[in-house]
Amino acid sequence: MRYETPETTRDAAALLAAEKGEAYILAGGTDLLVRMKAGLLEPDLLVDIKQVPAMNGIQQTAAGFRIGAAVPAVELGEHRALGRTWPGVVEAAKLIGSDQVQGRCTIAGNLCNASPAADTVPALMAAGAKAVVVGPERRRTVPVEKLPRGPGTMALAKSEVVEAILLPQRPAKSGDAYLRFIPRTEMDIAVVGAAVNLTLERGVVKTARIALGAVAPTAVLVPRAARAIIGTRLDDAALEKMAAACSAACNPIDDKRGTIAYRVKVAGVLARRAACIAYERAGGKR
Amino acid sequence: MSTSTVSTTINGDAVQFACPTDESLLDAIRNRVGLTGVKEGCGTGDCGACSITMDGRLVCSCLVLGVEANGRAIETVEGMADGDQLHPLQEKFIEHAALQCGICTPGFLIAARVLLERNPDPTEKEIRYALAGNLCRCTGYDKIVRAVQAAAKEMRKASKKRTRK
Repeated sequence: MRYETPETTRDAAALLAAEKGEAYILAGGTDLLVRMKAGLLEPDLLVDIKQVPAMNGIQQTAAGFRIGAAVPAVELGEHRALGRTWPGVVEAAKLIGSDQVQGRCTIAGNLCNASPAADTVPALMAAGAKAVVVGPERRRTVPVEKLPRGPGTMALAKSEVVEAILLPQRPAKSGDAYLRFIPRTEMDIAVVGAAVNLTLERGVVKTARIALGAVAPTAVLVPRAARAIIGTRLDDAALEKMAAACSAACNPIDDKRGTIAYRVKVAGVLARRAACIAYERAGGKR
Repeated sequence: MSTSTVSTTINGDAVQFACPTDESLLDAIRNRVGLTGVKEGCGTGDCGACSITMDGRLVCSCLVLGVEANGRAIETVEGMADGDQLHPLQEKFIEHAALQCGICTPGFLIAARVLLERNPDPTEKEIRYALAGNLCRCTGYDKIVRAVQAAAKEMRKASKKRTRK
């Protein structure tokens, strides 16, 4: 196995493009190295992106935040301005694994691993995050919800690399929240995850985005659920309608973590709770 | 399998080793550098027995490749004592009998040290959350939590004394 540490994103993409065998990007390695160890993959080439300056660090720009693809989750938790602006995204990132895993795992890796149960993906979708995708020839900026295609598959070409995740600037009176259900308090994979992001105008929900995780082959945006609360003060009837839209959007599997019926029900319950937290964070009072 | 030469710093000492590119840092530290304090429990990042710090960040060395250590600073349990003087966490683990078989202990010590550097006065809940990535099948965790609380108290006292001087 060849191990390369390119210093630019272009070079990383060129290495992937030139490799005839199996090539993988190594960021935090918390998914990749486990699968290698289990013998599920045998890469011919690993491209470690942690030496690429454009993939390191969190920048606050006029457009919002730019989080490099190699930034470990622990750095998101330590970034005060990011935590104040996007508390839901940060709480989702902080739910991944243990402190040891936090020191390595990245949100770009969480996205590209393409697990339906990834914690940060619903939070990023709700936030309207975009991914900066770089290939040998061109660079494109893609809404996060356009990337996962199914368990383990992404809408990325073989030679394309995610360089950064972009979070938009936020109007005043905005809030987001992410909740997941697991049968224990820490260290588990989501049975259901729900993310809500909203902006208020005089206490009324003006815009909203709602996304669910672990209830379909990919994390999913649920525009009908968002429409159910837009124009309301998040009264019980609006929440009821939103929860029903979330349950209706579920297409889950039965597995050891939860049954289909259970996941469908819990999706609505969690989305409701997350919406109330986001509403409060935006300064609303129910 | 191709082999790489890795130059790194372990517990303050410059170290060089050669390892296959797909070898874990855990295996490289144990088998090539000869520091066996770092333990393999699960090998998949769930149990924390292989906890080390890399550039000050707590990580599972089973989920790091040896080649990734090039140019980084590694700390293991072997670097915690100062000569014969044990680290307060090590002393309190012994006093509180916070171990039985000992396999998980080096990982707990490293994780607890990182916690106390960041938060010198953690609540019991904060300790339990911070150590959620370290599994112990012997103690039931209670003695470990008490030992960390006692060490934190002693370290706070010592740092107060230092600032008064």
